[in-house]
Amino acid sequence: MTMTTKKNYLRPIDFKHGRVDMTHGAGGRAAAQLVDELFARAFDNDYLRQGHDGALLPFPTGGRLVMATDGHVIAPLFFPGGDIGCLSVHGTVNDVAMSGAKPLYLAASFILEEGFALADLKRIVESMAAAAREAGVPIVTGDTKVVEKGKGDGVFISTTGVGVAPDGLCINGRQARAGDVILVSGTIGEHGVAVMSLRESLEFETAIESDTAALHTLVQTMLQALPDPTTLHVLRDPTRGGLATTLNEIATQSKVGMTIEEALIPVLPQVEAACELLGLDPLYVANEGKLIAICAPEVADQLLAAMRAHPLGRGAQRIGTVTQDSHCFVQMHTRFGGRRVVDWLSGEQLPRIC
Amino acid sequence: MCLAIPARVVELLPALRAVVDLAGVRKEVSIDLVDDAQVGDYVIIHVGYAIGKIDPEEAERTLALFAELAQSEEAQP
Amino acid sequence: MKYIDEFRDGDGARHIAANIAAEVRPDMAYNFMEFCRGHTHAISRYGIADMLPANVRMIHGPGCPVCVLPIGRVDLAIRLALEQGVMLCTYGDTMRVPASDSLSLIKAKARGADIRMVYSASDALKLAEQNPDREVVFFAIGFETTTPPTALVIRDAAARAVKNFSVLCCHVLTPSAITHILESAEVRQLGTVPIDGFIGPAHVSIIIGSQPYEHFAEEYRKPVVITGFEPLDVMQGILMLVRQVNAGQAVVENEFSRVVTRDGNLAAQNLVSQVFELRESFEWRGLGEVPYSALKIRPAFAAWDAERKFDLHYASVPDHKQCECGAILRGVKRPQDCKLFGTVCTPESPMGSCMVSNEGACAAHYSYGRFRDIAVVAA
Repeated sequence: MTMTTKKNYLRPIDFKHGRVDMTHGAGGRAAAQLVDELFARAFDNDYLRQGHDGALLPFPTGGRLVMATDGHVIAPLFFPGGDIGCLSVHGTVNDVAMSGAKPLYLAASFILEEGFALADLKRIVESMAAAAREAGVPIVTGDTKVVEKGKGDGVFISTTGVGVAPDGLCINGRQARAGDVILVSGTIGEHGVAVMSLRESLEFETAIESDTAALHTLVQTMLQALPDPTTLHVLRDPTRGGLATTLNEIATQSKVGMTIEEALIPVLPQVEAACELLGLDPLYVANEGKLIAICAPEVADQLLAAMRAHPLGRGAQRIGTVTQDSHCFVQMHTRFGGRRVVDWLSGEQLPRIC
Repeated sequence: MCLAIPARVVELLPALRAVVDLAGVRKEVSIDLVDDAQVGDYVIIHVGYAIGKIDPEEAERTLALFAELAQSEEAQP
Repeated sequence: MKYIDEFRDGDGARHIAANIAAEVRPDMAYNFMEFCRGHTHAISRYGIADMLPANVRMIHGPGCPVCVLPIGRVDLAIRLALEQGVMLCTYGDTMRVPASDSLSLIKAKARGADIRMVYSASDALKLAEQNPDREVVFFAIGFETTTPPTALVIRDAAARAVKNFSVLCCHVLTPSAITHILESAEVRQLGTVPIDGFIGPAHVSIIIGSQPYEHFAEEYRKPVVITGFEPLDVMQGILMLVRQVNAGQAVVENEFSRVVTRDGNLAAQNLVSQVFELRESFEWRGLGEVPYSALKIRPAFAAWDAERKFDLHYASVPDHKQCECGAILRGVKRPQDCKLFGTVCTPESPMGSCMVSNEGACAAHYSYGRFRDIAVVAA
């Protein structure tokens, strides 16, 4: 987006009552004003102020470039604990961090629906700006387009992030080995439950808030605690599909099996209750501020201690081990001592009557 | 078959509705089918309706039954 | 969670398991049918099968209203939405049931049909009141547990004269289904499906009481234990059946006495009989036509009966040739016996309703049990 200097506008944008219209995406004065008065002002940083179509960015020597991108189409846009804005920042920061990389810069593109309230847009953009500032990862470039009324869901946000991973790290989904320990950074199921609580016809009151958070500083803490960082084999955030789906993904990629202990999986009582009420299984409910770590067994205790010392890892638990299994099953020991397979999520989890 | 869950009535509302609580999660439901439900009662909720009430004494009796020792063969009628 | 957690206690479960193991006679086989899918689900989810002695076998019955919903009925709902432009409200369970023309409700939605998932029947009525210019139809499925809420909603719609609301009634009855199974050739004559007793439905019984099952116990000499859904309930129910079989008894016992009484919920029963009447016959997927097994809306409430309002005519649609849902629902075959299981028919691409519903025997086996079919070597 190209910035023009201010004061070419007749009057400031009415953020209280105004609505997005087709001119805001047309690349002309109205579009420029929206960028100026909203996006640039909120995201303000040196790179953005360059005012080019692309940002010219310093990049550290050494290490490897990591890039990740994510589209955000969540509805409702505002939910307990967050909104689409901060979610889009956290989501991409986390994706970059899951390689063990330090996230450096973000790009954000917006597809706005004609008629969308500018007050809501402002709220979202300011939430994004706050999230980016808190994470220390600036939004350095972006784009805005507008689609006709009925062709969008208010706003869709796409974020892309880049970061640098130090040489020597090898953290990806194919690295889990038999004997490794599986850790989770905290309680599961909060984001999904918080969002469901607002879906029309499912309304229930709960104090559960989305756990949306940027996990890169937790990852850095974890890496620093390990004398040999190559003992950390896998990092992944269990978003859509929940813990169960993510474990299955890793098992399949690494060609291993897993055994987890139901009694050790941390779930808040309110999340359990909400899931009971709706017929959902917390194992399959989305999280936006948690990570799974799989590491060599000899460093598990150290890693767990490091996670628990970080504000975002206080509830970290050891939940299972990686096994040798050509079928790549994720099995769970139930609280009863029975055994069951924890399969992939099929389709969307829909609340049930039966 | 039917997904139904016991929850505690915490507030009675007009038109035979009530607020129930399950471990801190609250939901508004209909008590049309259990119209004598009182605050403090535990009702079984199914698709947004209370369909029955828990009898606390029977619940205790059932738990006690669970804990009984196995019957020996000779004791059978 | 009170009245839930204490009925899920692991130590308690092991204690009852030990009792069962102590009381089964080693020379006897015990085959029990759990009618309700909720019980099937509990058994799978908590790994209860692992805790039973080898001579106690659980047979999964057809107590899943989604599993027994014939394709033809789903077609009616889909057609209403696609061709008549109604706002079709449905419980989540039915969304993915495969119907004719490779459609399901969720696929019809992708084609532009206005399909709304609701948690409660009252939400459908609310939608009708909020959208007076649209026709709103509630696709009502379920056994006796779910029927009273539908009755309430029809009664309210009539009282409030909500003209744009109607119900497509597919409510079915439990005792008729049990009778049908007991009358089936495999059970009565051939003995290919030995059933020594029933784990009776929990929540259905809250409504209808324990009394209706006394007939099965007497007429067919099969013990029935009405059992709660929590794992300790299920295990205790199995223990009580074992005891009856050992003693040569066949009576109705009520393990779920904390909610179920002999008479049931009379207010709910009265309400249902005000609004609904018996259909002479109704097709159940896998069981064929079953007499007096389902409900339709009484003439007094005709204005809220979608079948009358939209002049709907039911057409039976056969299952996929190789789909064994019918046999599986009757307990005659197991999921692994179906040629389509796990290959063509999976939770992602279900061919029949046993795979669609979370508690369908095939879905349960696929999710929880199939690893037992294959030897798994744990490190």
